Amino acid sequence: MAARAQFHVLAVDDSLIDRKLIERLLKTSSYQVTAVDSGSKALEFLGIHEDEENNEASIPSVSPNDDDDDDHQDVDISLIITDYCMPEMTGYDLLRKIKESKSLKDIPVVIMSSDNIPSRINRCLEEGAEEFFLKPVQVSDVNKLKSHLLKGKAKESQPNINKRNIMEELFSPDRTITNYGGLEKV
Amino acid sequence: MDKNHLQHQLDMKRSLLDQGYLDEQFIQLEELEDDDNPNFVEEMVTTFYANSARLLQNIEQALGSRPIDFTKLDNYMHQFKGSSSSIGATRVQKECTLFMEYCEAANAEGCIRTFRQVKQEHASLKTKLEDYFKLARQGGPSAGGQAGR
Repeated sequence: MAARAQFHVLAVDDSLIDRKLIERLLKTSSYQVTAVDSGSKALEFLGIHEDEENNEASIPSVSPNDDDDDDHQDVDISLIITDYCMPEMTGYDLLRKIKESKSLKDIPVVIMSSDNIPSRINRCLEEGAEEFFLKPVQVSDVNKLKSHLLKGKAKESQPNINKRNIMEELFSPDRTITNYGGLEKV
Repeated sequence: MDKNHLQHQLDMKRSLLDQGYLDEQFIQLEELEDDDNPNFVEEMVTTFYANSARLLQNIEQALGSRPIDFTKLDNYMHQFKGSSSSIGATRVQKECTLFMEYCEAANAEGCIRTFRQVKQEHASLKTKLEDYFKLARQGGPSAGGQAGR
């Protein structure tokens, strides 16, 4: 009965037309979308402050590995799709920052570009981009995102599995009765 | 909905496609329309023309300055070309490509000449699309992009 949570995609593009287009494409595929117009706004949304990204003390508001309630997670981004050519911070720059971030590196990133430049494409893929879409982006491109989104989800659940193993050591192996030290199982 | 009306709209679209004003991307946009977003294509086109006016102005200014900054021109045109391709404006795109070739060659005269063509195609398409959407709206609420599937 539990409704499947919608995947939330963050779209980054300095072009208003292209933001509208990608937003429409993603919504048609039932994704929840947040569209921003720059790499720095994207990082802000993801909870990373550029000058603090290597600072352990900065707690991002988004973490794919988050499973603690006290981490104030406001958003859960399943995938980032970004334009390559943007002023100030290119899509490649943004990709690098995401991959360098402990909390964000497992979020799949897709790059879009109106230019078909093999060296550019290879550079992005080598840096960890899942896919490279040539603009204008089509429905068939968006259909390819599902597998990357599911991959991202799989990575996200791995720490939980580890945690569960630890939990199983602490508590009774018979998990049908949860021992909360006297509290009744509801 | 009036069958003749619908046919008229389809014919207009077919004509725009055949003459190369629009390409498959325009059809893709229409396919993204639904009951909740029945005017998506017109919205995209409206946004395009609002945005592009500014870009064209920037290009105009850049062409007027001496010395001409071809890198700046190329950047502006790259943006403009991108937007044009997103709505399927083929002829406009072609002129943009030509313009950018002249930029690369630092050919001021070529840029100025081609820019006139860019503006012409841009304006010409605007008129045709205005007619198209007017026709679509006249056909009734469901007329929009649902026609021609």
